[in-house]
Amino acid sequence: MRVRVRFTKQGKVRFVSHRDLARIWERALRRAELPVAYSVGFSPRPRFHFGLALSVGHESWAEYLDVDLVDAVDLAVIEALPERFSAVLPVGVECCLAAAVDSADTLSLQEAVTSSTWSIEIEGGSPAEAEAALHQLNEAPSLVFERERKGKITSDDIRPYVRCLYLDADASQSQHGVVLRADLGTQPRALRPAELIKALGPQWQERRVCRLAQWIDHEGERREPLAQPVGSAPWARTPSCAT
Amino acid sequence: MSTVWPRLEPLLSRVEKPARYIGCEDGAQRPLHSPDKVAWLLIYPDTYEVGLPNQGLQILYEIINERDDAVAERSYAPWLDLEAEMRRHQVPLFSLENHLPGDQFDVLAFNLSAELTYTNMLNCIDLAGVAVRVADRAEEDPLIIAGGHCTYNPEPLADFVDAFVLGDGEEVVSEITEVIGAWKRAGVTPGSREQMLRQLSTVAGVYVPALYDVSYDGPLLVSMVARYPEVPARIEKRTIASLEDWPYPRQQLVPLTEVVHDRLNVEVFRGCTRGCRFCQAGMITRPVRERSAEQVRTMVSEGLRRTGYDEVALTSLSTADFSGISDVVGDIMDCGDNISVALPSLRVDAFTVAIAAQLQQARRSGLTFAPEAGTWRMRQVINKLIREEDLYTAVEAAFANGWRRVKLYFLIGLPTETDEDTLGITELARNCVAIGQRHQRGASVTVSVGGFVPKPFTPFQWFGQNTVAELERKINLLRQDARRSKGVQLRWHDPKATLIEGLMARGDRRLGPVIEEVWRQGGTFQEWTEHFELGRWLDALAGAGLSADDYVHRHRHEDEVLVWDHLSAGLHKDFLVQDWHDALAEVGLPDCRWTPCYDCGACTGYGIEHIVASAVAPAGGSQGTGQDLTTGHVVPVVLRSRPAVTAPVAVVAVAGVAVAAST
Repeated sequence: MRVRVRFTKQGKVRFVSHRDLARIWERALRRAELPVAYSVGFSPRPRFHFGLALSVGHESWAEYLDVDLVDAVDLAVIEALPERFSAVLPVGVECCLAAAVDSADTLSLQEAVTSSTWSIEIEGGSPAEAEAALHQLNEAPSLVFERERKGKITSDDIRPYVRCLYLDADASQSQHGVVLRADLGTQPRALRPAELIKALGPQWQERRVCRLAQWIDHEGERREPLAQPVGSAPWARTPSCAT
Repeated sequence: MSTVWPRLEPLLSRVEKPARYIGCEDGAQRPLHSPDKVAWLLIYPDTYEVGLPNQGLQILYEIINERDDAVAERSYAPWLDLEAEMRRHQVPLFSLENHLPGDQFDVLAFNLSAELTYTNMLNCIDLAGVAVRVADRAEEDPLIIAGGHCTYNPEPLADFVDAFVLGDGEEVVSEITEVIGAWKRAGVTPGSREQMLRQLSTVAGVYVPALYDVSYDGPLLVSMVARYPEVPARIEKRTIASLEDWPYPRQQLVPLTEVVHDRLNVEVFRGCTRGCRFCQAGMITRPVRERSAEQVRTMVSEGLRRTGYDEVALTSLSTADFSGISDVVGDIMDCGDNISVALPSLRVDAFTVAIAAQLQQARRSGLTFAPEAGTWRMRQVINKLIREEDLYTAVEAAFANGWRRVKLYFLIGLPTETDEDTLGITELARNCVAIGQRHQRGASVTVSVGGFVPKPFTPFQWFGQNTVAELERKINLLRQDARRSKGVQLRWHDPKATLIEGLMARGDRRLGPVIEEVWRQGGTFQEWTEHFELGRWLDALAGAGLSADDYVHRHRHEDEVLVWDHLSAGLHKDFLVQDWHDALAEVGLPDCRWTPCYDCGACTGYGIEHIVASAVAPAGGSQGTGQDLTTGHVVPVVLRSRPAVTAPVAVVAVAGVAVAAST
């Protein structure tokens, strides 16, 4: 049986790395006393799978984890999981949803997720300058950009990854500069907020970055791996990207 | 009190491993400060990864926070990248719980476990915005207090530390809190700080160095005289009578990022009376105080459930000596699947290997033993009474049980050491490889050698440490010999760092300016090989007109005044002299836990005694026990197997020693 959970990473814990977060979850799974499946071999590890890694320092309202269980558990147990996990997770990592997923029939989170919605605070210029940079990027038919992965520099067209990009009107005058709202594609490999900022221009610097949602394209529509009940999240105001 | 978090937060995006600076650990407290509470900032002067697991600091953290009149937060040395950012943006040293600036605490208390962290301590004091020298501090400045094993020779730090604490901290931390609290609540007035420090000096175990006048004659210390009648002429260490009364830490901190020893740690006993003559820890922490097996079980099972760890270490100076260790280990294995147990500081014998074999059903990468010296003669000198047969039996058992690599720890530069003794190290290693290859083709032995640093309150405190050149010569002997020994890998500790450890271990107050100068030249993180620079230390010594020879390499006379003679670890000086003479005569001394008392002073002086559940020595080797277990003896050990394991019960029969493991 596979259980999918959705959790946040907010506040001080945003400085915890992806690898450290995996260790935190490993301990939380043991503390929650669930019948978690273990790998076989010399050093058995609990079997759980993350979606897309979040960069150190970035916050999120929408992180996901799939956990494999050896035995099926009751619906009541699954419904109680968010509270049970949140109690054993650090402040800022809040488990908000849990549901059973069909492991045979479901793609892994890595494969299934097609885009993420981001709130990206940048500084380095006025809102008007930011607007102009955004406009230029939005109008460009293609944008060949050099990016580095695992020490290798490749250049490719990142324009198709920018699905939607606009200045967040409500938050355009932030403490440090302006706030962008961006929908960035993740397949075959994710465009990172840092790379988007670099593409906007050398004067822009990243401040607070927060993932608001992850999306799966499904038969012409898109849905979240686990949907948050409407109105329950601080960012519940539907972003215009979301249509 | 205002948090520095808003100013710190933007800096964290620019530094390595920022999770080290956020706190938020499970077990971390969020203490509420108030003007009438004594606020302690407990600092480990090394990185978070090294400092967080320190159990002494965690124990005091809980004891202080349980008090109504005090709060405690923690801090660690920021790494160089963050330090640069902090200095550039005027962000002071901060606590991890509330991210409060260091100078808003009443006490900055340091754990000193390693000599090479001294410059880091100065750096932390300075980063907190406090004057590094005692003489430059204002009335209301935080007090600088230090504890830990290094404080058995606190003199090199006398210029920087207001008060040192000797021995176990569990009780004395409260007594100190009361003195500081009374001073604070009465209102700090001109002169009140010195009055308070004088009062602090009357608390047993507390040493206030500024209250003593020191005189020298050339390199020698002549006298150390208390300046006021109430200030004690001799400071006695503190010892808690029973470990059972202090089941701490109750809520071990679980870090969010990886640290060394990232596991549950349960201290099973404190103190060790094996009597290894080079070992300061074994001398200054006497007597042996075991926790009951029942309490160990409770602390382990509750700790595992609370933390979610899948590994627990049973800590002590020699865990295989814990009474009923095999039963306790068996019970822990029953706690759940996939729980592993670590036993640091293992004895060298087959009994130990049998326990280890039970523990590590899965991960058999390496097993470590510390014979410490290469020949039986040398081991008699240091009172580490392991015969070659003991080692070979243990190694054979290890390889036969599936371990592929055995690690052996040795010291070089020991008193009376000859080249024959040094080369005995590689010879032992070669023989161990040969034994291993009977069981496994790829068997290998890793030899780690460290230069011996004579420490205060040991029988070797008078011995002149080997020079860097001499230690390098011995390492080269070993390297040449190891090169022609297939399967033997040699590692060694840098003799240059050993020199500075020796300088701090037995140096006097005149080293203060040397430490300060090395720190001012940027010499922090000296225990990190890539940051250690001997040149800085030698320049600073020369600048102060001091010689390393006098402090480090000179043999001291038995009748000369030692720099730490005004302190006491309970050990009679007569005992240490006798033990030193016995060492030179190659005479061993049995463990007093199981044999009659030879009155070293550690128990009798303080009216305390050993607390051990078993009155007989453990089986499985001759080490220190006075038993002569000739080969062919059956070691009477019964071990329970893990319930989940279906593999046949292992009966290890090697070299005539049978270790029965039955269900």
